[in-house]
Amino acid sequence: METFTNNNKSTKIKESLIVYILIAATAVTIFTTFGILFSILFEAIEFFKMESFWYFITGTEWSPGVEGAKYGAVPIFTGTFMITAIALLVAVPIGVYSAIYLSEYASNATRNIAKPMLETLSGIPTVVYGFFAAITVAPVVVDIASYFGMEASFNNALACGIVMGIMIIPIIASLSDDVITSVPDSMRKGSLALGMTKSETIKFIVVPAAMPGIISSVLLGISRAIGETMIVVMAAGVRANLSANPLEDMTTVTVRIVDALTGDHAFGTPETLSAFALGLVLFVVTLILNIVSVYTIRVFKEKYKSSNL
Amino acid sequence: MKNKVNNKKQNKLDNPFYDPSLTKRHLLDKFFKSLSLSALIFSLVFLIIFFTDIINKGIPSFKQAYVQVPITYSAETVADSIYAVEEKYETLVSRAWFRDMPAYVEANPTVMNKTINEWVLADDEVDQYLKGHNNTLNDDEIATLKELQALGQVEQKFNVVFFTTGDSKIPENSGFYSSVIGSIMTILVCMAVAFPIGVMTAIYLEEFAKDNKISHIIEININNLAAVPSILFGLLGLSVFINFFGMPRSSALVGGLTLALMTLPVIIVSSRTALRSVPASIRQAAFSLGLTKWQVVKDHVLPIGLPGILTGSIIGMARAMGETAPLIFVGMVVFSPDAPSDFLSAATVMPAQIYTWAGMPEGAYVEKVSGAIMVLLGVLLSMNAIAIYFRKKYEVKWQ
Repeated sequence: METFTNNNKSTKIKESLIVYILIAATAVTIFTTFGILFSILFEAIEFFKMESFWYFITGTEWSPGVEGAKYGAVPIFTGTFMITAIALLVAVPIGVYSAIYLSEYASNATRNIAKPMLETLSGIPTVVYGFFAAITVAPVVVDIASYFGMEASFNNALACGIVMGIMIIPIIASLSDDVITSVPDSMRKGSLALGMTKSETIKFIVVPAAMPGIISSVLLGISRAIGETMIVVMAAGVRANLSANPLEDMTTVTVRIVDALTGDHAFGTPETLSAFALGLVLFVVTLILNIVSVYTIRVFKEKYKSSNL
Repeated sequence: MKNKVNNKKQNKLDNPFYDPSLTKRHLLDKFFKSLSLSALIFSLVFLIIFFTDIINKGIPSFKQAYVQVPITYSAETVADSIYAVEEKYETLVSRAWFRDMPAYVEANPTVMNKTINEWVLADDEVDQYLKGHNNTLNDDEIATLKELQALGQVEQKFNVVFFTTGDSKIPENSGFYSSVIGSIMTILVCMAVAFPIGVMTAIYLEEFAKDNKISHIIEININNLAAVPSILFGLLGLSVFINFFGMPRSSALVGGLTLALMTLPVIIVSSRTALRSVPASIRQAAFSLGLTKWQVVKDHVLPIGLPGILTGSIIGMARAMGETAPLIFVGMVVFSPDAPSDFLSAATVMPAQIYTWAGMPEGAYVEKVSGAIMVLLGVLLSMNAIAIYFRKKYEVKWQ
């Protein structure tokens, strides 16, 4: 009597060995997350042993490296917020409307042109965007401002924000496109059958249905804008400047991190450790944004049982 | 005629379904459509402006000015090469040439004690003058240059220096070559680490992992990691690889490892998608023939999913190649005149070189940066094109 069970011992050992190797590889990603968290956390704790945590999140003066240095990060946060807000003002309307056109109106030929175009946009390295912002866009902004009798800094927040906005258009457009495409066709047909025009269908039926997904894509865009480094390092200022005028130079969290760690201060001084405190803020904020983003898209997925997200 | 129009109007009013706001609604409809189209066109216009701007600025960097001046080779001039050229030509010739001249004579002793009319690399200001950019040449220098030009002794030749040397403090002598080599080495390390680990993780999660809480957490973790700002990977690289493991700063090894951790989520996510698209019937058929799980994966699922995995990996690789932020902290933004000889020696990468040059005050660097960007974008876009080609060619539509 023949049996079909595999009793080859070496095969069994080999199989389980392979599974352990695969598990070990999977563990690398877990270690990376903890590595990032702890490497930032430990140094940030060192920093807060030396400087007040309360002043860090509420203080309005950031003056490292001088006698009586102050570490109040509010101007840095407002600078980041300002540049991110400008970026969103550019990216959200353009990204969402592009997605609407791509998913609702575009013919296959248009899609075949537009998709690679957006992929190209997202494939441009950020250092290139930074150079473009600093050399081409910033002088244009200065010229236009002086035409209207206003004075703009060459490191103005507006140029950074615009270029950063262009950088995140593909993120918002491609995710929103996926979401809008997966809104069930029956909803569109129902609306059209009731006599709504196409644009009314899109505005009142499709977009509201896709809203969780669109919000999710915008949150991802925000997270990307906050964490973006090269554009602001090359085109924004380094001075912590508390101002509401986008034509002034402003600094961001990422710029200060780069500035703190590329200076010639010894490791372990508050100047360098402040980078890790700011890094911790960056990590926590982007983590929250990512989690909320994943959660909202899951709500959408479950609602429409869409599988292509 | 008027009657007809009135009739039409009457017809409309008689129609119980006639909606007087319809014209307006249709107008709004058209407006909305053109609005969304113009959003798409905005991106296209930006791309066109962007590429023309970069190409306009970058094309001149592929040409470099050379001047033909009489050069005296003698014991005296070798000792102090500044005397090899007549005084009025002195500022027109590149300082790099003066620096390298004694070594040149040593290599070619036959030129000794001769005066030769020779083509030499011109100073960057001469180059900028010829290209019509801002320069710091004074009137005397311009007059001398014009004399030379009239004699046909000034020429713009293909910029060999740019493609064969590394960075230099002398603008006309600085090239992109060593950062290209640095990039290749860094990416080799990055892919050697990220590709196997990423594919193995994807295989585990797709084929072996049970659907429980732990694999759920791993999944969330990977999604999160994909969205962590790249700058934080730099902080990780600094604390772990350099401060903790004591690996050499600025080396391709450290840079590659840092980028590998950053690329890992991209490879995992795309590999999982590729493996998931392999139909279950393939697995069932293989299992029914008595293969073990690993044999099924190795011999059937993986080969079918491979094009998708490669596509995702190439896109991840292109991303890693264009990344600068995390490399700043592991010291890869460094003055690197020579191409790195091994994985432990100081290296710089293409985007880091662009970043360094962008911060230089001399006008000559603006075109160098643009030229470097053209090279970098050329590499990245062709990598993306290869990825898209792979996807198109090997894409299988399963019934």
